[in-house]
Amino acid sequence: MANLESEFVGIKSPNPFWLASAPPTDKEYNVRRAFEAGWGGVVWKTLGSEGPPVVNVNGPRYGAIHGADRRLLGLNNIELITDRPLEVNLEEMARVKRDYPDHAVIASVMVPCEEDEWKRILPMIAETGCDGFELNFGCPHGMAERGMGSAVGQVPEYIEMVARWCKEATDLPVIVKLTPNITNILHPAEAALRGGADAVSLINTINSITNVNLDAMSPEPMIDGKGTHGGYCGPAVKPIALNMVAEIARNPETAKLPISGIGGITTWRDAAEFMALGAGNVQVCTAAMTYGFKIVQEMISGLSQWMDEKGYESTADFVGMATPNVTDWQYLNLNHVTKAVINQDDCISCGRCYAACEDTSHQAIEMSEDRVFTVKDDECVACNLCVNVCPVENCITMRTLEPGEMDERTNTPVQADYGNWTAHPNNPMSTAAE
Amino acid sequence: MSNTPFSNGIQAARLDSVELTENFGDLHPRFDDHEALVASDRCYFCHDAPCMTACPTDIDIPLFIRQIATGTPEAAAKTIFDQNILGGMCARVCPTETLCEQVCVRETAEGNPVEIGRLQRYATDKLVDAGQHPFERAASTGKKIAVVGAGPAGLSAAHRLAMHGHDVTVFDARAKAGGLNEFGIAAYKSVESFAEREVDWLLKIGGITVETGKKLGDGLSLDGLKADFDAVFLGIGLGGVNALGVDGEDKDGVDDAVDFIAELRQADDLGKMAIGRDVVVIGGGMTAVDAAVQAKLLGALNVSLVYRRGKDRMNASEFEQDLAASKGVRIITNASPKAVIGNGAVREIEFEYTDNDLKSTGQTVRLQADQVFKAIGQTLEGEGLPELEWGKIKVDDSGRTSVDGIWAGGDCATGGDDLTVTAVAEGRDAAEDIHAKLSA
Ligand SMILES: Cc1cc2nc3c(=O)[nH]c(=O)nc-3n(C[C@H](O)[C@H](O)[C@H](O)COP(=O)(O)OP(=O)(O)OC[C@H]3O[C@@H](n4cnc5c(N)ncnc54)[C@H](O)[C@@H]3O)c2cc1C
Ligand SMILES: Cc1cc2nc3c(=O)[nH]c(=O)nc-3n(C[C@H](O)[C@H](O)[C@H](O)COP(=O)(O)O)c2cc1C
Ligand code: SF4
Ligand code: SF4
Ligand code: SF4
Repeated sequence: MANLESEFVGIKSPNPFWLASAPPTDKEYNVRRAFEAGWGGVVWKTLGSEGPPVVNVNGPRYGAIHGADRRLLGLNNIELITDRPLEVNLEEMARVKRDYPDHAVIASVMVPCEEDEWKRILPMIAETGCDGFELNFGCPHGMAERGMGSAVGQVPEYIEMVARWCKEATDLPVIVKLTPNITNILHPAEAALRGGADAVSLINTINSITNVNLDAMSPEPMIDGKGTHGGYCGPAVKPIALNMVAEIARNPETAKLPISGIGGITTWRDAAEFMALGAGNVQVCTAAMTYGFKIVQEMISGLSQWMDEKGYESTADFVGMATPNVTDWQYLNLNHVTKAVINQDDCISCGRCYAACEDTSHQAIEMSEDRVFTVKDDECVACNLCVNVCPVENCITMRTLEPGEMDERTNTPVQADYGNWTAHPNNPMSTAAE
Repeated sequence: MSNTPFSNGIQAARLDSVELTENFGDLHPRFDDHEALVASDRCYFCHDAPCMTACPTDIDIPLFIRQIATGTPEAAAKTIFDQNILGGMCARVCPTETLCEQVCVRETAEGNPVEIGRLQRYATDKLVDAGQHPFERAASTGKKIAVVGAGPAGLSAAHRLAMHGHDVTVFDARAKAGGLNEFGIAAYKSVESFAEREVDWLLKIGGITVETGKKLGDGLSLDGLKADFDAVFLGIGLGGVNALGVDGEDKDGVDDAVDFIAELRQADDLGKMAIGRDVVVIGGGMTAVDAAVQAKLLGALNVSLVYRRGKDRMNASEFEQDLAASKGVRIITNASPKAVIGNGAVREIEFEYTDNDLKSTGQTVRLQADQVFKAIGQTLEGEGLPELEWGKIKVDDSGRTSVDGIWAGGDCATGGDDLTVTAVAEGRDAAEDIHAKLSA
């Protein structure tokens, strides 16, 4: 059996599955039950300064996007950081950590952008025995209006400054949580590194309005006739998060910066994908909020089965294995030619591939009188659209043409050697030695 | 030319081999990968799921279905086998329509439950077909345990005991292990020798010796077993059958349904199985339905299933009744057998109409019959068994009998529903209790 034990910036946990800072980690009752259900660690719901805690709206806080059968695909929230007093949270964290010494307990923190605020609160929180800190520079609503959260996370200089303060204030690992609400994720990641952060975690939620109530003419969730943008998360944000993780992992400056991957992770496979792209561990929020803590059991069994099948003994064996294969478009091999192939045994003759290709792509699928669908190799550009719209998994696949084989669309034989855009004759900037 | 459904008397080969093969094919063929993905996608991963509560072996149904949905059917199989080592057979024979699927929330919502049974089969087949056994035996404890009866109860107990490191010897009177999985379950529910393959797969845990042809009461005695072993588990099922108690019962052509089914299950060539032209099955349970349906599938022209009370009192589920009707079995209710008529061999059988309290209405009816199958219940057989209650071995929740050191479970013991899955649950739970007692 694969060993799922995980070590992230020196913090050990029984598996790489942590609960992200959010309602699932907002109190002792939740966290104890989460550990019992199998979660390896938690990032406690973000703590704020001492004194009266923040207040939340008392109307609905969440909006959602559903797929077929009301499957929750995306969740949007307008919640703030913890609305419980700091002392209560600290007492509870200390108790939990005492009873679960082998599980990871990370404190997520967000206080105003002032040196003494950060330097005073970190040692205080450290007394709980927590394993590290996560600086919440991500929250895109409410807290940002008060100059915290993503208001800090969108300014690399602030990130660097606060990270440095924190590193001066504590010996524990400091993880900077990044907001995706920026144009280039490398700037905040590099700033975190310059500030001395031990790691980054990403993504926090994405600015969003999920839907509009057309009777009340207000965004949802609607509070007394008004709405505001919230933070989007859940399965729908995974591709955005994966890309940001990959960008940081493959950027030479940040390549060695440990990453805790977050965003839409729902199954073992999602987790494995984040880790393959360079995340040392993963954090989960929406999947737990949708299905309950038990969902981690599938992540654990699935990841260990897959690792066994692949012969990986520990998660470190495959973390980052896909990173070298993330490249720029210009380096993709233009001599690699594929064609869609429809498996007639699996095809149920729905015609979706035909509609997609005929109406919107390359008219490369033929439909016979008796509804047999076949690909025209002389028209197929291998765009993959038919594969993506076909309701039967693996019914349409892409066949790679062998070198020397004729590409009927271009009437040229497939070349064996690698050739990319940088050296392509159509490229005015071509570097090919002619 | 061989026989046809119209041939007189009890005859073999009423149908040709092509028809027979088709008739006895898989009742619910296994899902392919696509079907399994679509079916698993419908599960809501309910909290404290009702389906799980309804499963006598408490399989974590939402978890295993999710494991299928995420492409790890092997992990799903492990989840099933953790609770029910005969999860493969149960996937085929459980009356899911009265267990897990009946309470599925999608049955409530749409009258169309998640197909739990077929998903269970999809997952378990992956491991059994690959010959992969997902458990390892604990270090040997040196304790010896005798299990009498190699049916679902005995096999389940034996596996769990072996897993805990005990040395288990399973004794069975028959020549082959499996109990009613091998000799009773309808052929179309367990095709391709699944019962036999499942036993071989189960035994891969190691530490289990099966001794067939060894009968308690004939060479083996409880006292002897008690002396030679640290604990004894009885899973001997119900070996006897109830008699009709009517005139003419001993005429030729009047047979026990369970014997007919056992013979059919062991037949190498269904073309050699003789069956009447006009078959009457008496009874209202699963055995009656199975005998009637299989008689029809063998090519009997007319098959009637006659039950003495109303349809809603039949033990066979509505699904089973519908299955029988769809195969062309005529179900007659509120009719009690009065007499078997015939000269040496049965020719007719007379019934009188009775109400649900079995009070006679005074009316009678005669059905033409060249073969009659009795399926009115099985009984416990054996002398010197622990204390009985209602004709079964009295046990507590952990399977303990009145005799210290002897446990019992399955059909032979009180408490269950006479289903494969309850036998498995009882065998497993008794094994845990034996293990706890021996480890104390
Ligand atoms: C025709 C028929 C169809 C059925 N269909 C279904 C179905 O579709 N679904 C379902 O859930 N249930 C069904 N059942 C019920 C199910 O088969 C039983 O509940 C289940 O097999 C009980 O398991 P068991 O281990 O208690 O007993 P059994 O399966 O009866 O096994 C008992 C074993 O003990 C052995 N034995 C008996 N006496 C002795 C002795 N003195 N010494 C040594 N060995 C002995 C027997 O040879 C046998 O192998 C059906 C039953 C019948 C008869
Ligand atoms: C209701 C809700 C509240 C959240 N609160 C916080 C928070 O207090 N601090 C924080 O760092 N992230 C917070 N998040 C963001 C999550 O930690 C996580 O980064 C994000 O939801 C993406 O992961 P997911 O797709 O698994 O949900 C919150 C998310 C949700 C849905
Ligand atoms: S989930 Fe619970 S707290 Fe939230 S609205 Fe529903 S009942 Fe209220
Ligand atoms: S979309 Fe798939 S199933 Fe439908 S016609 Fe095309 S190949 Fe066949
Ligand atoms: S009740 Fe139905 S939907 Fe709910 S967990 Fe069970 S199978 Fe899934």
